[in-house]
Amino acid sequence: MNITTGATRQTLSVLVDNNAGVLSQVSRLFSRKGYNIESLAVGTTDSPEVSRITIEVIADEFQVKQIMSQLSKLFPVRSVKRLEPAHSIRRELLLIKVKAETRDIRNEVIQIANIFRASIIDVSLGTITLAVIGTESKDEAIEGLLNEFGILELARTGMVALERGQYTLNEQSKVKGEYDYGKRML
Amino acid sequence: MKMKASQVVMECLLEQGVDTVFGYPGGTILEIYDEFELHGYNRKIRHILTSHEQGASHAADGYARSTGKVGVCFATSGPGATNLVTGIATAYMDSSPVVFITVNVGESLIGKDSFQEVDITGITMPITKCNYLVRSGKDLPDIMREAFAIARSGRPGPVLIDILKNVTYEMIEYQPLPLSEHHRHGKLSRLIARDSHDLKPVEPDHEDVNVLVDLLNDCKRPLVLVGGGVIRSRGAVPEFRKFIEKLGAPVASTVMGGGACPGDHPLFTGMIGMHGSHASNVASHDCDMLIAIGCRFSDRVTCDVNTFAPNACVVHIDIDRAEIDKNVITSHHIIGDARRVLELLNERIMLQEYDFSPWRKAILSLKEPPLEHSDTKLLPHEILHTVSRLTGGNAIIATDVGQHQMWSCQYFHFNRPGQLLTSGGFGTMGFGYGAAFGAKLGNPDQVVVHCTGDGCFRMNCHEMATVQHYDIPVITIIFDNHTLGMVRQWQTLIYGERYSQTTLDRGPDFVKLAEAYGIKGYRVTNVAEFEAAFKEALESGHAAVIDAMLDMDEMVHPMVSGGSPVTNFLLD
Repeated sequence: MNITTGATRQTLSVLVDNNAGVLSQVSRLFSRKGYNIESLAVGTTDSPEVSRITIEVIADEFQVKQIMSQLSKLFPVRSVKRLEPAHSIRRELLLIKVKAETRDIRNEVIQIANIFRASIIDVSLGTITLAVIGTESKDEAIEGLLNEFGILELARTGMVALERGQYTLNEQSKVKGEYDYGKRML
Repeated sequence: MKMKASQVVMECLLEQGVDTVFGYPGGTILEIYDEFELHGYNRKIRHILTSHEQGASHAADGYARSTGKVGVCFATSGPGATNLVTGIATAYMDSSPVVFITVNVGESLIGKDSFQEVDITGITMPITKCNYLVRSGKDLPDIMREAFAIARSGRPGPVLIDILKNVTYEMIEYQPLPLSEHHRHGKLSRLIARDSHDLKPVEPDHEDVNVLVDLLNDCKRPLVLVGGGVIRSRGAVPEFRKFIEKLGAPVASTVMGGGACPGDHPLFTGMIGMHGSHASNVASHDCDMLIAIGCRFSDRVTCDVNTFAPNACVVHIDIDRAEIDKNVITSHHIIGDARRVLELLNERIMLQEYDFSPWRKAILSLKEPPLEHSDTKLLPHEILHTVSRLTGGNAIIATDVGQHQMWSCQYFHFNRPGQLLTSGGFGTMGFGYGAAFGAKLGNPDQVVVHCTGDGCFRMNCHEMATVQHYDIPVITIIFDNHTLGMVRQWQTLIYGERYSQTTLDRGPDFVKLAEAYGIKGYRVTNVAEFEAAFKEALESGHAAVIDAMLDMDEMVHPMVSGGSPVTNFLLD
């Protein structure tokens, strides 16, 4: 029974074993169901054995629950949490290489960078490369402004996110215990 | 002590108590096969050489399903490994614990499209519970121990270990470790100890069990639906039977649940779903409470999922949390091993505490149309009733997929777990023969009967060479209707009798084929001939093939068409 309550952008934070193949195991679940991953970022956590995968996907309530459920079941997955927008912080890093062939344009780009608290990380005679950290709205705004000068290249890391306050992904909950029941080994 | 890694593979199998391995050798796995001769492991582990890797995979699966032990299967790299894929998927869909061991090309050749190289861990990712690529000998003992632990525990399933060829001849440090000590050592101990795989709580939530007991007090028309989870959970069947006796509610079964409830039990309403009985399907529609234990509401059970159990409060008991609300939205669930949940339930309810007699009578009075008898024409139910009678109802039945599978589920009364071996989830034609001789090797004292169709048998009949060579007394009954019967049935009922590519008006002559393999073949055309042939085969103590000639238009009754409500019978 599919209950469609409207698809929205969902942020999932997944702690996994830092092993070869785990990322494809996780991403496979999304492609299998035909859900397009909007953004995905992976990196190790404070423990080198554990990686955090932050996935953003457009999905409705039923779909996101199914994804979380299938993810939680995977052996190398330690925990899965949906981050509520109001209770989490999300950031991504954007690198933008802009065409800036005259002094005036360079100055203008530098001004825009200052307004957005972007840092200038490379300058050549014809280009300026900026790094900006933010959420979609800020990224879109700066991208929109710089488009006027001509964006030569753009790279984004994908969103990373953490829950606000004292919560951590390691906390035990009843649902987590239920998933672990099926994975326990003897 | 220092040992060659190939020998460590053998030692690790012995740690697990493995005495039988099914497989097929090849270039990359030579080191491991050499151990059978070089260090005499063939005296401790019996290797069964099949005709094809697929047969080995099904045999290991059938061995696992019928014994409850972990099955083991070997294959070489490349095509050897890919030939296992159907077998792995079959085991995965039916939660059967099998460890597959393949050897890939060496480190220097990997990723170079070398001869017989394939990324088997990548290929099998979606169809294994877990898989490993062993790149270093020092990881091997840990991985072997972990693989068996994962295969057999929780919701069981297949695990694949792919070892690089150069690893198999590495000299590595090996410390023997009895099975009971595995969880205290190495990577396994860390896995078990880590937060998310904490052994606590190993108990199902008692409060969740209490909620179910409360719900039972309020319901008038409960139905119990039993699935393969009760078969897989060790010791669950006696608790299950105690539970249904206490509850006194009708009990329906999925294909995989066959044997949990005795087939002739007065509360048993038979199979549910597409070819489910009237009683089971009507009960699922009319019940006000559905207690589903160890089943996953497959589309063959629910048919139209949106109208399934429309009047019921659905309570789902399963070990795998991901099954909850996957197909059918439930009102309540209990996560836990079926045996333990049922024990807790049995502690909380009294014998005949509830009176569901009006409901029970209404459902149990729904009978199937009477079965006819014929002296001249061979009828599927008469074959199965004869097998049941001549084996005291105790034979292990391994089936392939299609009409004969449904007939076997309907007409043979299973009365213990592991008695029905069938590819319920994946529907693998060609599963039965391997499963049958695998089961016979694991259960030498049981009669094993392989029910198949002429289409299915053709898929893996080359395993007759295996059965004959090892003299494995499996009796094959070919429900031979010269057509892919189940597909033809759909074509008759839904596709305007256009029999596209389903008529099998071709060879071989199965009797002659059996004889070519050195197996006794029989052709029978009526029930008396069948009985005589089956008796003779049974008494011979050797394998036999009985080609049972059926009418082409024999159908499986009843039938609900896929995607419609389970009470909309297309055929009564």
